[in-house]
Amino acid sequence: MQPAQLDLARYTVRLASQTDFAGWRDAARRLTLNEVRPEDISWGVGSDANDPRDALPAVPEGAQLTVPREFIAHAETAFCHSDPGRFAFLYWMLCRLRTEPKLLAIASDPDTRRLEAMEKAVRRDSHKMHAFVRFRKIGYGEDERYVAWFEPEHFIVERNADFFVRRFTGMRWTVLTPYASADWNGERLAIGPGAAKGDAPDQDDTEALWLTYFQNIFNPARLKVKAMQKEMPKKYWRNLPEASLIPDLIAGADEAARDMIARLPTMPAPHHAKLQAKHWPKREPAEAPDDDANTISELREAAKGCRRCPLWRDATQTVFGEGPDDAKVVFVGEQPGDQEDLAGKPFVGPAGKVFDAILDDAGVDRQKVYVTNAVKHFKFEPRGKRRIHSKPNAGEVQACRWWIGRELELIKPDLAVALGATAALSLLGKAIAVTKMRGQVIEREDGLRVFITIHPSFILRIHEPADKEAERERFLSDMREVKRLMGS
Amino acid sequence: MSAPTVREKLAILSDAAKYDASCASSGSAKKDSLQSGGIGSTEGMGICHSYAPDGRCISLLKILLTNFCIYDCSYCMNRSSSNVRRARFSIDEVVKLTMDFYRRNYIEGLFLSSGVIRSPDETMAEMVEVARRLRLDEKFSGYIHLKTIPESSAELVEQAGLYADRLSINVELPTDEGVKKLAPEKKPQTIRLSMANLRRKMEEKAEPTLRTKKRERFAPGGQSTQMIVGADKTSDDGILHSSARLYGSYHLRRVYYSAFSPIPDSSSSLPLQKPPLMREHRLYQADWLMRFYGFSQPEILAGSSDGMLDLAIDPKLAWALRNRARFPVDINRADREALLRVPGLGTKVVAKILETRRHRRMRLEDVGRICHSIAKLRPFIIAEGWSPGGLTDKTGLRDTIVKSCEQLSLF
Repeated sequence: MQPAQLDLARYTVRLASQTDFAGWRDAARRLTLNEVRPEDISWGVGSDANDPRDALPAVPEGAQLTVPREFIAHAETAFCHSDPGRFAFLYWMLCRLRTEPKLLAIASDPDTRRLEAMEKAVRRDSHKMHAFVRFRKIGYGEDERYVAWFEPEHFIVERNADFFVRRFTGMRWTVLTPYASADWNGERLAIGPGAAKGDAPDQDDTEALWLTYFQNIFNPARLKVKAMQKEMPKKYWRNLPEASLIPDLIAGADEAARDMIARLPTMPAPHHAKLQAKHWPKREPAEAPDDDANTISELREAAKGCRRCPLWRDATQTVFGEGPDDAKVVFVGEQPGDQEDLAGKPFVGPAGKVFDAILDDAGVDRQKVYVTNAVKHFKFEPRGKRRIHSKPNAGEVQACRWWIGRELELIKPDLAVALGATAALSLLGKAIAVTKMRGQVIEREDGLRVFITIHPSFILRIHEPADKEAERERFLSDMREVKRLMGS
Repeated sequence: MSAPTVREKLAILSDAAKYDASCASSGSAKKDSLQSGGIGSTEGMGICHSYAPDGRCISLLKILLTNFCIYDCSYCMNRSSSNVRRARFSIDEVVKLTMDFYRRNYIEGLFLSSGVIRSPDETMAEMVEVARRLRLDEKFSGYIHLKTIPESSAELVEQAGLYADRLSINVELPTDEGVKKLAPEKKPQTIRLSMANLRRKMEEKAEPTLRTKKRERFAPGGQSTQMIVGADKTSDDGILHSSARLYGSYHLRRVYYSAFSPIPDSSSSLPLQKPPLMREHRLYQADWLMRFYGFSQPEILAGSSDGMLDLAIDPKLAWALRNRARFPVDINRADREALLRVPGLGTKVVAKILETRRHRRMRLEDVGRICHSIAKLRPFIIAEGWSPGGLTDKTGLRDTIVKSCEQLSLF
């Protein structure tokens, strides 16, 4: 605004302070409800005896000011900006909002963008204040206090004081800035007048340690000065004790990095051989042989290192079968799922719970059966934070048949139950149609009887409650049949 | 030799910790000192208190409890065969240093890692004790990140979760083969199991308890990990595959990529070169595509010849250039998912576009006002009064964009 225009202003508003938002709000309300145009107002801070102060018009009887509620929050933030034109700009925005209530939603509007930029600058400066205030300790015991000098770019002390109270409740502290100060005595927060840098202590006995840390946490092989200055602009440096080290660290970085690279590998440290002998007496064999297991627990141990197909790479662990090693019946599922992969136990996830409940209803004691899977590693596609189950292919089923074969040899059950097509493929060595063959018993060449049914996860996937219940009933009757076959 | 002073130890044990990329103090539950009358707060968003000339933020006091170590991982400066100077902090020293630094507002909290001495359990127990004293004796409510030791017992990890905001376990290298080769005593299997156990514990504690209906506090900042990039031959596609697996399997909050940096007294089995910082940067960008932009891992590099990210341009732009059939996208009509795939449009800008276009149709210059640079964008969008015509399918498009981006960055 040019001085000539200032003189012509019909109204002069003097706010009590740079952060007197309530004063601005009151004045803005009166002026806009009297339809005073933005160009007819001159805004300023502080009373001046020589200034002809026009009384502001009263709010007309019955007049209501309606502005989007969010504007107040935006304006309150932007109000802390150091731009002297902000009072007039916010009034201008207020006037526009009365005829364009959706203005704040239009991100591409130049005024909306200016408001947003002002808020962003204030928020950034606040964030930097949270980060770059450096307290120095004065006094001991009862008199211990922490005092900081900080030079914010905007009027943010009042806005930020609560942050420091929440953070340093158990401490007595003062933050001094050129325009205001905040003081916490352990019980009460007081906002006071501005101060000078000389009012704050200029040293602290812990600072040397801080500088030592700053110097040593820096990796000279990764020098990125621009990235540093983007986040820690030079205007803040003069009040950051560690910043005094930066020029030398930068200057020496190249040599330090070259030195790191050039230094040839030396001989192992003297204590190294002793440590190795003590803690790593013998290297484990690369691959544990997996064909000399005589019991299920030995077999389980051997399967931990299974590399027969590539599924081990993405899975957490081998999920081996579980149950008594002389079980009469062996249940074979498809593959472990998300929960089984984490726990290392078969049938502990949602489908396992359904399975358990139905076995219970059928009177089959889960403690007396052996449950395992056709494929022992979880196969999945990662999707964000979830793992989507993916069906093992014939090659993977074939590779894992070796384990199933050994499990059956050692347990010698009377009956194997194939839960679903993959299990049937594994047990019978050929693909069969489960829905057609369901409930049938197929005898293998080696004499083992294989009972065919669905996988319990099939029940979980049905949404229609009546269908779900019907399917559960069918599976229950399958399990009753299994119980009957076990008994015979 | 006389016993080293705290300052000497700090020099050694922060120098030893500088290869760990993680320094974040974000993502934890909000807490402050008003109730306890103690010191410290976390407000969800992390605060970087300083920046080192390597451009990395200093948010936490990142130190090792000790750099004595029984392991001999060739990428690590503290491996047992290294001739580096050794030091060991006492528990009291770490607690005091953390509180002294925090009171002066130098840091957001503590990131404590350690070499393994004697046994994993003994080392882990000392780390847990540091955290316990900070929380209980000092009434400290700031951020604590503990680097858990995979071989330590489940009980210790559970205790760690009570006091820490975040727990992490480094996978170290993107593949099991890499770990086997460079960290012969570490077992990828154990690392996975530890992460699996942590996820299970976090999920279990996230359930409200029956009695109080309150959730128990257990590592509210979740778990994270780090892998070293460039120490072995794994391609970017392979690295991202590992990350996708880790995010999906163990619900990690972050996977940190640390460009392999030459270390003094380095092992002869490693490349002696400057760390591949640009590669690291591109990996982080690709990681963001998976986490915030709806990209699945395989599609990020699908169609690339060597499975490596383009160092000259960002991964989203590279993807768009390989998938031009999906462009141009109409700024005024496309859904959020399609807009997020446009190079140069970030999540915030997309949100603004969606809001603005409810009220008015957007022209190219409107979009230009709310995004960083229109140069990258122009060939991929349709706006009111703008259509890229043949620009989208132009053969030399990549070079044109690279040039215009370079010119911009001169200012």
